[in-house]
Amino acid sequence: MEIKTSNKIDITDSKQYVVFRLDTEEYALDIQRVIEIVTPTTITRVPKAPNYVKGVINLRGEIIPVIGLRERFNLPVIENTEDTRIIIFKVDEATIGGIVDSVAEVIQLSKQEIEKVSNFSNDLSLDFIYGVGKVNERIVTLLNIDRLVHHAKSEG
Amino acid sequence: MDIGQYLELFIEESKEHLQNLNQNLLELEKNPEDMIILNEIFRVAHTLKGMAGTMGFSKMSTLTHDMENVLQEIRNGVIKLNSKIVDVLFQCLDALENYVNNIINTGNEGEQTYEDIIKILNVIFESKTLDVSNIPPIGEETEVSGVDNEHFVIDEYAQNVINKAIDKGMNAYKITVKLNQGCVLKAARAFIVFRTLEQKTDVIKSEPKVEDIEDEKFGSQFTVAVVSNEKKENLIAELKAISEVDEVIVHTLTSKEVSSQPQQNIPEKILPEKEENLQTEEEKDTPKAENQTTKPRTGKTVRVDIGRLDNLMNLVSELIIIKTRLEDIEVTDSNQDYGEAVEYLERITTNLHDAVMKVRMVPVEMVFNRFPRMIRDLAKELGKKITLNMYGSETEVDRTVIDEIGDPLIHILRNSADHGIETPEKRLSKNKPESGTINLKAYHDGNTVVIEIQDDGAGIDTEKVKQKAIEKGLVNKDIANSLSQKEIIDFLFKPSFSTADKVTDVSGRGVGLDVVKTKIEALGGVVEVETEQGKGSKFIIRLPLTLAIIQALMVILGKEKYAIPLSSIKEIINIKPEDIKLVQKKEVILLRNSVIPLIRLDKVLDVPKIEESENKQLTVVIVRKGDKFSGFVVDNLIGQQEIVIKSLGKHLSGIKNIAGATILGDGQVALILDVNSLAV
Repeated sequence: MEIKTSNKIDITDSKQYVVFRLDTEEYALDIQRVIEIVTPTTITRVPKAPNYVKGVINLRGEIIPVIGLRERFNLPVIENTEDTRIIIFKVDEATIGGIVDSVAEVIQLSKQEIEKVSNFSNDLSLDFIYGVGKVNERIVTLLNIDRLVHHAKSEG
Repeated sequence: MDIGQYLELFIEESKEHLQNLNQNLLELEKNPEDMIILNEIFRVAHTLKGMAGTMGFSKMSTLTHDMENVLQEIRNGVIKLNSKIVDVLFQCLDALENYVNNIINTGNEGEQTYEDIIKILNVIFESKTLDVSNIPPIGEETEVSGVDNEHFVIDEYAQNVINKAIDKGMNAYKITVKLNQGCVLKAARAFIVFRTLEQKTDVIKSEPKVEDIEDEKFGSQFTVAVVSNEKKENLIAELKAISEVDEVIVHTLTSKEVSSQPQQNIPEKILPEKEENLQTEEEKDTPKAENQTTKPRTGKTVRVDIGRLDNLMNLVSELIIIKTRLEDIEVTDSNQDYGEAVEYLERITTNLHDAVMKVRMVPVEMVFNRFPRMIRDLAKELGKKITLNMYGSETEVDRTVIDEIGDPLIHILRNSADHGIETPEKRLSKNKPESGTINLKAYHDGNTVVIEIQDDGAGIDTEKVKQKAIEKGLVNKDIANSLSQKEIIDFLFKPSFSTADKVTDVSGRGVGLDVVKTKIEALGGVVEVETEQGKGSKFIIRLPLTLAIIQALMVILGKEKYAIPLSSIKEIINIKPEDIKLVQKKEVILLRNSVIPLIRLDKVLDVPKIEESENKQLTVVIVRKGDKFSGFVVDNLIGQQEIVIKSLGKHLSGIKNIAGATILGDGQVALILDVNSLAV
């Protein structure tokens, strides 16, 4: 019901996801939450912020906090490359940016193609994860961005 | 259609009406004989009843209905107004406010029925009216239609039409249609009534005007004058067939009646009083006058959601940023035309900025309004006599500031009433007038707004404060004796510090002044206290006019740029490293014989180190925090700049030491330092 356009027949049951890459894995975000994807701009460091908060950027006059997703997932931190992007997404009423290694594509996943994560693990670090999607032999991790940021707030 | 859109309107209007009611009740208490005020109160209660009824808030409407009954009797001189009745009316007001608050929060009026108040109202109403014959048993129904009938003036033109019609053998009627209280789309319903009428009759006149009815600017009823060939009974039957029409009252107008009615009726009752009302009130220049005149002014003002204004403000801010950027380019470009264009742009943006800021300005009256009632209640509660004088309530302040200063002011006022003003006996024994005075003053001073709260009470007992401070271990005895009066008063602003011997309901729990201070400092303002024992004390609050755009000093730390609000900067000095002394392992400098603690901003803010040669001059920005000064060590200065304050957003709002962010001319974000949390 949240989908405006779709090529598939089964509209009600599938959603579009933005797929991005972090380290060796692929992750996906509900496209409805994504506002836009921008190339990295100057990030102003915010003192005393949690380590994964890289700082704030100016997006057409709006100040937007940016989170390093590598830092968030405790992955090794790398320098920005040509492919590095900032995904701007909505959480509650606020807008937040997340730095990712690269943005791959937009995919369509139906409910049947998504497996709930609790099916195979009780690991707490999987808190940000909503489920796992399977498309053409690929596996993408679906992120629960509300968790990602709410956690950030309580820790910060 | 969605009832939600009406709900907002209802809330806004109810608030206005309740405010109006509040003011008028206070006035009435002072001048119980004043019919003008009484009428105004009646009018407000009536309007509220109508509005609540239309929106389906039956409990609220019941309460206002009973209130109206009592008011009507007072108006008729049946019940004599006394302070008890005024108290009951105030309770009604509180109850109504609760209803409205419930509606704001939950969308419905809540379960509370305030039966006790209604009971008292009824007791007042019945006990007095039973003695008097001639009073209609159900006050409202007939009264209301009576009221409206007198509104209904048939002018000369209508008279002529009616006379001619009657000559032709047609009938002339005055029809009052009363809609169901629960009717939601009154305008639509009225439209159907009109259409029905127009099929059978010629509508000559309607009250309220047809346009007003279309805009739903009427209570639950309206009156029209029509000429028709139809019989009275037929019309009534037709109109009653329309759903949600509660009652149809038809009077036959005769040509005689027509010519005699208008002038005779007017001078006596509602209408003339109302007109008179307006005139006298204009002369009197009370806040009430403004409320009265807001009604006819409705056509010229627009209610705008604050969010939209913020958006506009943001866009203007953007414009200012881009202007700054253009100015920067100009430095390298010597093209004269370009320079002129930028200069012109600067003028426009400045004007635009001023204009937008003005739109966001609201009179402090909005906050002040609730104080007279508060002081009245406090005075009663404490058994004191207190007069509150308010000056400069028209002084305008940015909306964002208004929302924040209410609580601090309440704190201070309560303090003044409780600790400041003495009991009447005490005052008389000290040769002071029995009634204490609190003066609340607001005025503009340069780029700031000053609010003063002055009382002629006991003043602050500095000795007592000193003793308490020693008791609480805030200071040792020797130092305490050498403290200045100002420094002693500062203890009052320390957390949980109270000199009150006993904790009262009103204040004295020591949670007051430190909260006031923090709040006001968070707004970029300062609080000062002047006091003289036995004579009274004066709290002076200085607030910035706006919070959105400020002058700031841009500084460099390492490779980062930060903004320090200019309002808190005292001066900038250069020092040599050897000027720094150590006191208890903390770095300080001596500036004109006062010791100023140094704060290495780069360390506090964890700025990444860049290699730099030691032993060179240090730039120190001396900042003010209250009465105290601190020195911020910075690497370099960029200069003074007008900056637009932006919030860091919800997710970073808790970050210490940073007050916000701003966008520089080059599009980069610079953080604004929170001087209050950084300084010692």
